[in-house]
Amino acid sequence: MATNLKRFKEFGSIFINHTNLLRRFSSSSAVLSSVDAQLQPPTTGTGKSINLYTAINQALQIALDSDPRSYIFGEDVGFGGVFRCTTGLAEQFGKHRVFNTPLCEQGIVGFGIGLAAMGNRAIAEIQFADYIFPAFDQIVNEAAKFRYRSGNEFNCGGLTIRAPYGAVGHGGHYHSQSPEAFFCHVPGIKVVIPRSPKQAKGLLLSSIREPNPVVFFEPKWLYRLAVEEVPEGDYTLPLSEAEVIREGSDITLVGWGAQLSIMEQACIDAEKDGISCELIDLKTLIPWDKETVEASVRKTGRLLISHEAPVTGGFGAEISASIVERCFLRLEAPVARVCGLDTPFPLVFEPFYMPTKNKILDAIKDTVNY
Amino acid sequence: MALARRSSNLLKPLSTASSSSSFLNRRPFSTDDSTTITIETSVPFTGHNCEPPSRSVDTTPKELMNFFTDMALMRRMEIAADSLYKSKLIRGFCHLYDGQEAVSIGMEAAITKKDCIITAYRDHCIFLGRGGTLLESFSELMGRQAGCSRGKGGSMHFYKKDACFFGGHGIVGAQVPLGCGLAFAQKYRKEDHVTFAMYGDGAANQGQLFEALNMAALWDLPAILVCENNHYGMGTAEWRAAKSPSYYKRGDYVPGLKVDGMDAFAVKQACKFAKEHALKNGPIILEMDTYRYHGHSMSDPGSTYRTRDEISGVRQERDPIERIRKLILAHDLATEKELKDIEKLARKEVDEAIAKAKESPMPDDPELFTNVYRKGFGVESFGTDRKEVRATLP
Repeated sequence: MATNLKRFKEFGSIFINHTNLLRRFSSSSAVLSSVDAQLQPPTTGTGKSINLYTAINQALQIALDSDPRSYIFGEDVGFGGVFRCTTGLAEQFGKHRVFNTPLCEQGIVGFGIGLAAMGNRAIAEIQFADYIFPAFDQIVNEAAKFRYRSGNEFNCGGLTIRAPYGAVGHGGHYHSQSPEAFFCHVPGIKVVIPRSPKQAKGLLLSSIREPNPVVFFEPKWLYRLAVEEVPEGDYTLPLSEAEVIREGSDITLVGWGAQLSIMEQACIDAEKDGISCELIDLKTLIPWDKETVEASVRKTGRLLISHEAPVTGGFGAEISASIVERCFLRLEAPVARVCGLDTPFPLVFEPFYMPTKNKILDAIKDTVNY
Repeated sequence: MALARRSSNLLKPLSTASSSSSFLNRRPFSTDDSTTITIETSVPFTGHNCEPPSRSVDTTPKELMNFFTDMALMRRMEIAADSLYKSKLIRGFCHLYDGQEAVSIGMEAAITKKDCIITAYRDHCIFLGRGGTLLESFSELMGRQAGCSRGKGGSMHFYKKDACFFGGHGIVGAQVPLGCGLAFAQKYRKEDHVTFAMYGDGAANQGQLFEALNMAALWDLPAILVCENNHYGMGTAEWRAAKSPSYYKRGDYVPGLKVDGMDAFAVKQACKFAKEHALKNGPIILEMDTYRYHGHSMSDPGSTYRTRDEISGVRQERDPIERIRKLILAHDLATEKELKDIEKLARKEVDEAIAKAKESPMPDDPELFTNVYRKGFGVESFGTDRKEVRATLP
């Protein structure tokens, strides 16, 4: 116990440097995006450097502009929302299409399901992913099963629920949680999490136009922090397709959202020690792209998964189980999971709780030297 | 504009109060005197399905002075919290109570510490009203060991068990059904106590509020639902979010009372009335017409969805502390200078508490793992991965 805690302390102090690293790293337009740019040339228009919330704003603007039957609603979205994602949209498209709702998450989602069932694109915002739980019943029992239980007569495929998730440095218990795993247990919805501004714009447009209900979690830590070139026009990125954002041969790392930039840094540090890491952005959590992950693990023989949500019952467990089923004889070490701890999301202990770069680096080394 | 027309209503109550006869009633008192003074509330109460109480409230010079002292302390605490937040000593989400002090003060004057209070995340002053100390407050705000939740809760999660304060809750509206559970326990134990479940005008639109109301009425629970209507649910004005902003009527079959929440004596009278009603007849809604001077939280400047004129207008016309100051001066209980000294003392107490709170250390590292489960009934917690960090939750 004592040594363990000493270890935590080290992580804690490292975390502080590490935040600066992230800042530097993201504002100089990200290592992530450089690989990304090679793989996916901009589809339309010339790219400008913008941050993640502006990219979301552009996607929403395009969604409203390209389909007159699309609507945005949520708490305070008429004024731009707490994270400024809907700035200017009510002015541009009118208060009948971009409007505030009362503070009632269950009502917001239920309303969205009805709106979508009439053939509209309902884009609902839940102000923080932590507040999504009053709407859990509507999402799990109403939205996800509408098509199935009506024998395909009805559906609410036009529904997209946006919610900022994850740590933000000092958010405490109710502004920092990562609830994605709860929703990954629900066939009938899709769960999408982008890692960067360009990804966010393309994936959000795909989610809005997707004929199934989508829960779209946005990494709130990156809203202002992550900046990269984003094509100005309308483009979509495919759902359920993972992307290898860094190629390597010794170990496969799988993650999503804000955690990828932390993992990327661990990959860079591991490289200095001669370990070649392959990094995969899962992007869509259900239905997820098993083939890409499987192909990578067949190549490297090792797998590490990292997410902010607590380790027990996290989506990492599902990935681990699936890959063990598919690649059992190819694996050279147990699958490693570097995740949040099994405690409520803490206030002052956030640096200890988080799956930081050094925790990942340690796990990479342990797995490779197993 | 509709907004301008509606917001001008916010200024109404005290204009009636300034003509109140009690101001003419000048008599010299000593402050420790227990002589009864009768004060008229700023505006009459409006009832829904109940006969509202009288506007005349009895008080003593001592109580008047206490109201002033306590509210000055609350106000100073919130202003200090504002600057501590700006200097990054308070992290996380922080919601300030300044402007609404009369609700806490008036409520405490009418009830005992055996009556339960449960509220949302704007909880600093409710805690202070329940007898919490400045040191505990500031320590909790800064995440220190000396905090009322041992530094593990932060701004939104203040608790005080010995005074039946069931705390600050983070999710909008979620505390109201809990309040009904508290009230049921009180009734079951045949106690003569009630529960005050507090929520805001924003939370009034949550579905679970109506579930709670139905249960409370169905089982005649001694629950008093206190809607602190500060007229803005985050950045949205009440009339933009509620078809009927008459929150005291929203219980339909549950009686309600509309109260000037900027007048501590009106609040006191209403809470006394509500407690008697609840013990006899079951739940009642109290809508406190109040106002927050700060934004919703520290990330909200509070001036984008309302005018600065509206805020300064409420400050001038309806401020709860100024109201008490005028009453004290009108009854010659203290001089202006003496009241200024009380405010200076409040400032000093706050500064001392902050200095002391800063000396309190952050919680020890193992505290990350404590209180997840009951001690001795825990399970193992895992760290970086299942091999790296492993601790049995204490």
